[in-house]
Order: sequence, then C-alpha cells, then structure tokens
Amino acid sequence: MKMELIQPFINAADAVLAQGLQCSMSIGNLSMEAEAYRRKGIAALIWVTGDIEGRVILDLDPETAVRVASKFAGTELPETDSLVRETVFELANQVIGNAVTVLNNEGFHFRVHPPVLHTSEHGPKSSEDTEALVICFETGIGEVFMNIALRYSQSHHSGQAAAVGQ
Amino acid sequence: MEQFVPVKRSKDGQPVRYLVVDDSVFARKNLARMIETFGGQLCGEAGDGMTAITEYDRTNPDIVLMDITMPKMEGIEAAEKIVQKHPDARVVMVSSVGYQENIVAALQRGARHFVQKPVKPEVLYEVIKYVMGDDGTVANSATAGV
Repeated sequence: MKMELIQPFINAADAVLAQGLQCSMSIGNLSMEAEAYRRKGIAALIWVTGDIEGRVILDLDPETAVRVASKFAGTELPETDSLVRETVFELANQVIGNAVTVLNNEGFHFRVHPPVLHTSEHGPKSSEDTEALVICFETGIGEVFMNIALRYSQSHHSGQAAAVGQ
Repeated sequence: MEQFVPVKRSKDGQPVRYLVVDDSVFARKNLARMIETFGGQLCGEAGDGMTAITEYDRTNPDIVLMDITMPKMEGIEAAEKIVQKHPDARVVMVSSVGYQENIVAALQRGARHFVQKPVKPEVLYEVIKYVMGDDGTVANSATAGV
C-alpha cells in the first residue's frame, strides 16, 4: 500500500482527535493486516471510490467510544445513547473528509460515501493489493483504531499510462 | 466551551438566529453549543438539503450553517436553491471535505463562506461576524450602556 495515500489519513486523524479530545496523542501499534478485519467495538466504515478506492474503518471499543462521545457532548452519556454511535460516525467523517481534502488538492479525484455502521465481527477481507494498515492512536481516554485499505483504481492507472504514452 | 462576546442583529439588538443543517445529530448538537456561546439562537435544524429549504422558508434565519455531504439533497444544491429564492440568505458551508473545487463550487452557487470541520469555535465566530457584516453588531458589555 502506498504511503502517500496513507499519510493524509494519519495526519487527519491525529489533528481531529487531538482537537476534539483536547489531549495529547501518540501513535501506538502499527501493523499490516491481510486477514479479515476483526471489529473492536463501535466501528464506522467509509468506502472511497474514484482515482483511489478502498475503505477506511474507525473503530473504538465500547468503553472508549462512550468516553469520547461524553467528552464531545460535554456530559456523561450512557453506552446505549445513539449519540455515542453518531460521534464515532462524525469523527470518521471528519478524518476522512480532511484527508480527502489533502489528496484532492494533490490531484486525486474520488468520492467519499456516507459512513455505515460496521456490525459484523469480521470486516471485509483485504486482498493482496489492498492489504490493510491498522493504526492505533493512543489518546488520554483510550485507544482509537483506524484500519485503512486503499489502492489506486484501474482508471487511475490507465490515465497515468495514457499520459506517459503521449 | 469558551464564551464569546455576543453577536446581535444591528436592526433590533436581538440574537442572531441560526438554521443548522447536517445529517449528523452529533454535528448539529456541537454547532448548537457553539451558537449558544456566540449569544445566538437556534431557530431550526435539518438533516438533509430538502428539509433545509422548507425549514428556511419556515424560520427565516439570519444565518444557515450547511453541511455538504447529506442524503436526499447535498448542501451545495440546497444552498443554491435557498439563495435563488432568498437572494439575501447568508449560507455558510461547514464541511470536513474542504478541497478547492468544493469551496469554489459552493461560493459560485451562493454560499457566503466556508468553514472546515472540525470546527474551531473562534474561526466560526469570526466568520459569523464577517458574514453578518453591517447587519450584525458585537454587543460589547463595556459600551453597551453608553
């Protein structure tokens, strides 16, 4: 997986989480995963299509999700509150939106689809060319996992080949 | 959350009235809390572009804070339709997707400004003052009684 595709997502997650949670952040474990994604808790899955295609999952264990949502809401929320799920969705939206902004300004064109709740225990399996990178962000109130599996689309490759051939 | 010097309407000294449009309940609540710190009043909410248009007609807000990516009708199209019908409408786009094409498209179709998520209250506050222009006044308590 190309690092130039991943870095904007790491930067965006770092910025969005640090600003929202008002606490220091560090990147913990970083691993490549070829197997199906194993969900940790409340997970928002966002598909990307266009010059770059694939998916990004933002995943928080239930206790961390409640703490994060409560921090954003400014009040203690119960685990059952729909705002907890909404918070994870909006965080995913902001991270991906910010990363897409950077990539789009660099000339990549693609569409971000609305987040969907990732409910199954196992996620979409990565393929050879979309091996997933799993990044753990350690925040003051728990760990936030981001699973990224992206690749250049066929149309992007064709476009590049055509440009070279001209 | 930090408290700001209230921005009021110049014509009657009343709080600026806001319509908040976002498909995320979380984002709407977050913006509503910021509006409160600006001394503003939330007069309506909508979760998609189509509802935003009817809510605008119903509430006649001073400012619309509009997300871009939404179901049924996206924010840029909704902004355009609102401004076509109400040329004085002040629509501020608030989105996490802030690439140049998007911003230009929004401004060309009637939006007054663009704020990228995650929204920093101090940035939104300055944008509100700018967009209100002479129709808004910062109610400085030091001079309020003069």
